[in-house]
Amino acid sequence: MGFVLALVIWIICLALSIPFVTKTWWPPEPITEHARAVDDQFLLTCVVTGIIFILAHLALGYAVWKFRGNRAGSVSYVRGNDRWEFLWTAAATVLFVGLTFMGYTMWAEARFAEARSMEPSEDRVIVEVTGQQFVWNMRYPGRDGKFGPLDVNQIDDTLGNPLGVDRSHVDGKDDVIVPRMAVPVNKEIEVVLRSKDVLHNFFVPELRIKLDTVPGLVGTLRFKPDKVGTYEIACSELCGLGHYKMRSYLDVKEQGDYDQWLEEQYSFLE
Amino acid sequence: MSEVAEYVEVHRHPEPKSFLWKYVFSLDHKVIGIQYLLLAIVAVFVGMGLSLLMRMRLVWPAESFGWLGALFPVGAPDGIMTPEFYLAMMTMHGTIMVFMVLTTAPQGGFGNYILPIQIGAADMAFPRLNMLSFWTTFLSFCALMMAFFSAGGAPISGWTGYPPLSALDSAQIVENGQDWWIISIALFCVGSLLGALNFIVTTLELRTKGLTMMRLPLTCWTWFVTAILGLLAFGVLLAAGVLLLLDRNLGTSFFIPGGLVINDIPVTGHSGGSPILWQHLFWFFGHPEVYIAILPGMGVTSHILSTFARKPVFGYKAMVYAVCAIGGLGFVVWGHHMFMSGMSPYSAFVFSVLTMVIGVPSAIKTFNWIGTLWGSKIRFATPMLYSIGFVSLFVTGGISGIFLGQPTVDFLFHDGYFVVAHFHLIMGVAAIFGMFAGLTFWFPKMFGRMMSEGIGRVHFWLTFIGVYAIFGPMHYLGLIAHPRRYAETTGVDYLAAAGANEIHYFITVAAIITITAQFLFLFNFLWSLKKGQKAPSDNPWEATTLEWAIPTPPPHDNFEGKIPTVYRGPYDFSVPKAKRDYVMQCNSDEMAFGPASSD
Repeated sequence: MGFVLALVIWIICLALSIPFVTKTWWPPEPITEHARAVDDQFLLTCVVTGIIFILAHLALGYAVWKFRGNRAGSVSYVRGNDRWEFLWTAAATVLFVGLTFMGYTMWAEARFAEARSMEPSEDRVIVEVTGQQFVWNMRYPGRDGKFGPLDVNQIDDTLGNPLGVDRSHVDGKDDVIVPRMAVPVNKEIEVVLRSKDVLHNFFVPELRIKLDTVPGLVGTLRFKPDKVGTYEIACSELCGLGHYKMRSYLDVKEQGDYDQWLEEQYSFLE
Repeated sequence: MSEVAEYVEVHRHPEPKSFLWKYVFSLDHKVIGIQYLLLAIVAVFVGMGLSLLMRMRLVWPAESFGWLGALFPVGAPDGIMTPEFYLAMMTMHGTIMVFMVLTTAPQGGFGNYILPIQIGAADMAFPRLNMLSFWTTFLSFCALMMAFFSAGGAPISGWTGYPPLSALDSAQIVENGQDWWIISIALFCVGSLLGALNFIVTTLELRTKGLTMMRLPLTCWTWFVTAILGLLAFGVLLAAGVLLLLDRNLGTSFFIPGGLVINDIPVTGHSGGSPILWQHLFWFFGHPEVYIAILPGMGVTSHILSTFARKPVFGYKAMVYAVCAIGGLGFVVWGHHMFMSGMSPYSAFVFSVLTMVIGVPSAIKTFNWIGTLWGSKIRFATPMLYSIGFVSLFVTGGISGIFLGQPTVDFLFHDGYFVVAHFHLIMGVAAIFGMFAGLTFWFPKMFGRMMSEGIGRVHFWLTFIGVYAIFGPMHYLGLIAHPRRYAETTGVDYLAAAGANEIHYFITVAAIITITAQFLFLFNFLWSLKKGQKAPSDNPWEATTLEWAIPTPPPHDNFEGKIPTVYRGPYDFSVPKAKRDYVMQCNSDEMAFGPASSD
């Protein structure tokens, strides 16, 4: 019994670990510096936890196999060992807390940096993303670079004004609202997150960022994609019966293509 | 020298004669313990049934099942389950499992039955309060079931009930279901608060002579710490539930901000609330709740590993400190559930460090369990198999917490299947293995018969391999960035491309087999009640704690008025020069080693 149990424990441990080595199922290719840094931290965590996971299961399997009831010899009467106790406490503390501090820089980069640099930049593209059951609305400020004011009373999905942009206002006249997000490659993008109704979560796996859209609050995300392509935006916070199909796309385009796309949107509006 | 101290009159309630007062409105902690266990068994089968429906919906979203259409004409018209039906099943599955199973059985069930006996008490400190706890919990279960039958069906806002979804009926298209859910949770909190008080007072006040805190069995330590967690956590959830109920029905705005527009219709009458406030209140309860579910399992595992290894628990003191540390730290890590809610990055970092620190006492426990087995002679009875399974599941489920505790890595995994795999293994399945171990271990004491070893083994193998086959692959779904709470995978293209459907299929097949295997356990339980082999003695496992020193099944006031004195710690196995390979807590040195002159 002991040997069979040990064998099963080892096989399970092996079976769970192998896909992490072969990368059979793996996060999609990252498309930002930040995403690659997240992956590095993830890999480091895989190595550290992988070693603990495998050692613990090797030891557990070995113990149930080696110390089965019908073995020769007697039970060693040991009540504990302070030195070992100290050793594994110290080791676990250093490993686990160390991991957090190693990831700290990245967390700071991703979340603190944006808090620090709130001043508008010439070069930055700002897109306002508003979640609603079960679609995403992407708003661009138009040629004037200014978002128009919003008015809840003017919200009307059927009239094509899902956000209630005040079209009579000079800033609001040229705001572009589209269901799909386009951004230029190699430019810093700022996403301003809002919600009309319940919680949603803006998640693009390739960017390795996600943030809840909270009604009543405004969230901010920054990223700088360096690969042209189309990526899916999936809602990652339960928002109701259509949660699973609340999605959109992020189109990362060459600057020229992006400018042309933007011009097309302006012309539709005019 | 006698094994028992002087006769003490402790039991203030005489043994009742009528069925109603003996088995229904009982004041006896043993009957109440079994009532809690039966409630948990009913609830766990309902909960499992719901998970089965969810697994079927995920794999066959467009398939028609005639019998489902007959059972759920609204949720599954023509036998095809709607997405909202999936979410309702998910909400109820989570709520039933977390509250009615993982919180009731380990603490209310086993704790109630065993704790007073292990500390040498005739009953809990407050028997009437104990009865009230159970019946409040039972009402809570009934209220939860009402959600199924209310207009619009069960709520779809998840067991976490995040507003505004849970606060506004127009957002989730249910009516009273969410109210019943809140009423159920609120009642549950009341029942659990009363129970927690009872456990704390009982442990502190009713320990018999000689039973110092550092001689308590580790089971009692975990029930004690769990009770403290319950006392501090359930009050907060109760308050949150009441506030949500007010928001829903009396027009307050604790959690609802102004300016909401749902389905093109402005929400009127609310302004100024914060959805984030609910998350803080909920998780201030919710994280300790994880430990409320798992700590008793840890205690049972330590207890059984030592008993069947015939070896003292390795590092008893370290185990006690680790349990206290896990309990204490459990109150300062709730923020890791909210890393992606937009919280201050500074707070997130603090929560992250504290979360990772919890890994340390968890590692101490794991190492000490393996240390207990090292150099032992293991008896592979079914309680031991489940306990060894617990250790493996605890390691696997715990280690993924190291990923999720780091906000950077959490960018990838938050609200995805990696989380689902993590919490099911650690607080779901590991805790359930603790219950399997506890039930098979104490069954002969409770009912005077042994559970079948043969059926038990088959059940262990099927379940141990089965749960890994279900929850192991969920990590891979997490790796391909599969968000959780999706009724199907058709909404997002990259999931199918990365192989999500194949993994889902595999998991569903594993779930069907594993869930079917649970009927073996149910059969074993019911069959052994009537036909099981008679327990060969009052102490069939040759264990050391007080419950094995009394007749089987235990008499009405446990010790028949003769409360024993305790002379030693709980895990004296294979003590050199002892007459037997175990020395019971109530054995004096003379009884254990013979006349003092010999040494």
